[in-house]
Amino acid sequence: MKLSNMKKLAALLIILSGLMVNPVQAVLTIEINRGVDVGIPIAIVPFSWSGAPVAGESMTEVIEADLTRSGRFDSIPQADFLQQPHNAKEVRFKDWRLIKTDYLVVGSIRQTGATTYNVKFQLMDVFRGNTLTGYQYNIQSTKLRNVAHLISDIIYEKLTGEKGAFNTKIAYVTVEKTKKGRRFLLQVADSDGFDPQTILDSHQPLMSPAWSPDARKLAYVSFEKKRSMIYIQRLSDGKREKVASFKGINSAPAFSPDGTKLAFVSSKDGNTEIYVLDLRTRAIKRLTNNHGIDTEPSWLPNGRGLVFTSSRSGQPQIYRMNADGSGVQRLTYSGKYNARPSVSADGKLMVMISRGKGRFHVAVMNLRSKEITRLTDTLLDESPSFAPNGRMVLYATEQDNKGVLAAVSSDGRVRQTLRFLQGDVREPAWSPYLR
Amino acid sequence: MNNTSKLILIVLLAGMVVVSGCNKKNRKAEGADMGNTGVSTSGTGTEFGPDGKPLGDWQSGALADLLAQTQVYFAYDSTELDADSQAIAEAHATFLSNNPATKVVLEGHADERGTREYNLALGERRAQSVADVFVALGVSPANIEVISYGEENPVAEGHDESSWRLNRRVEIRYDR
Repeated sequence: MKLSNMKKLAALLIILSGLMVNPVQAVLTIEINRGVDVGIPIAIVPFSWSGAPVAGESMTEVIEADLTRSGRFDSIPQADFLQQPHNAKEVRFKDWRLIKTDYLVVGSIRQTGATTYNVKFQLMDVFRGNTLTGYQYNIQSTKLRNVAHLISDIIYEKLTGEKGAFNTKIAYVTVEKTKKGRRFLLQVADSDGFDPQTILDSHQPLMSPAWSPDARKLAYVSFEKKRSMIYIQRLSDGKREKVASFKGINSAPAFSPDGTKLAFVSSKDGNTEIYVLDLRTRAIKRLTNNHGIDTEPSWLPNGRGLVFTSSRSGQPQIYRMNADGSGVQRLTYSGKYNARPSVSADGKLMVMISRGKGRFHVAVMNLRSKEITRLTDTLLDESPSFAPNGRMVLYATEQDNKGVLAAVSSDGRVRQTLRFLQGDVREPAWSPYLR
Repeated sequence: MNNTSKLILIVLLAGMVVVSGCNKKNRKAEGADMGNTGVSTSGTGTEFGPDGKPLGDWQSGALADLLAQTQVYFAYDSTELDADSQAIAEAHATFLSNNPATKVVLEGHADERGTREYNLALGERRAQSVADVFVALGVSPANIEVISYGEENPVAEGHDESSWRLNRRVEIRYDR
């Protein structure tokens, strides 16, 4: 083989190995299913590299995947590009009008030190022929993916008027079979499933992770003492506290929007009921009192009430009550099983699991009109969780006999699956905005 | 027939009974004495209760068979005991009320359908249904612990009714 061909082959192998998923990351994002292409057309030109490329990172791919996953954008294929500009000065707008893109993203990544990089990007309006916005960042190489998500958020907000939720985290539970039995991990990863960090490692089940509003703590249910108990754990140092270990069930923790209270479920008084723990005084207040199962409390964003699941009418349905338990109102009337409600941060939408024809799927209710839209058509969906901007829903489902996570835009148009290399994944919880 | 052949025959017979038992709605627990199954005894105290101690000669063979069953199953969405489950629960209740020092743990479970937290509550209600039978027949509530695992500890992992029905259960566990 000629020397130049060998060099090319070597370069290709290096690039391919760089693109291979690092087994430590254990996340593989697959398949973006799109509905009708009515998103905003946007072209993202691969950022130029100067210096040593960081293996596995492609900021352009991260930005493109983020924007596409939101359901609001359609990205123009790179094969259609007539030029490859890296800053505003290099852009020839007519070349972009020809391929019918409304917006253009250009950028550059330049190594400035052993592990430091300078990242610049600009967002251009192709019709008007001008720059809408642009930023630059000086960062460590480990932050390249975070900056890509930040750039996605800026582009998203500029073009839709809504805050983006790409620079956020997700918590979830993975289950793996080992020789010693099942191994459960509570993990936190980026919103696209990358860079998972293990928060807890257990041989007994873990359930219901719930974020504190400052995104610094997770509450969760652990069976490590052979029955359900609730813990709150600080993410920065792993320090944790057992907050509920009453007789019977201790589960379904939910932080209030101001972070001072934790709603939870206990059966200590003879039946599963919803209680609120004041995290400062440790006083407990009982909210529900009836013969049915009351569970899955979720706070309204103004903190003045909660939605929850109750079987008081015979089958699980969703209800609303004030923060002191008064004023119970039923919200769902269609179908025989509606559960696991969660309200978007703007208070407008409520996501839930509904059973129809034996299938459990994610549905969304407009809280003003009470209209319900089914978002999925899979069989065994669970644990729906809104992104903090209310525009995407993360949930757990089964695919090819494995537990996977999926994200669907709240209009149902775009869906993306997050599958883990080892074992099943379940119980996702989308973080609040990070500060 | 030499001893080895006898042993092989007994094991084969016991194996056949256990296998045929698996097709019935009520399954014999894995812990059932292979040697005693299908072999009649005179009820003279050679049978053992679920806590490992000898049953005593007032216990009949039929009761021992029910006691050997430590799983009780439920219909979908239901927390009610059917006739078979009721019989098993009553057998254990009888045993416990005659052994007032013995403690029991009732573990409630659900199949994977529906939400996890709701299934945790459902599992507890199932275990409580069994506990209610025990208390009604004189078992002290202090000797009964009810724990729910919801859908978190399945015994069968398929996504159809043949697995789901095995997971909708209460397990009756004795501390030894």
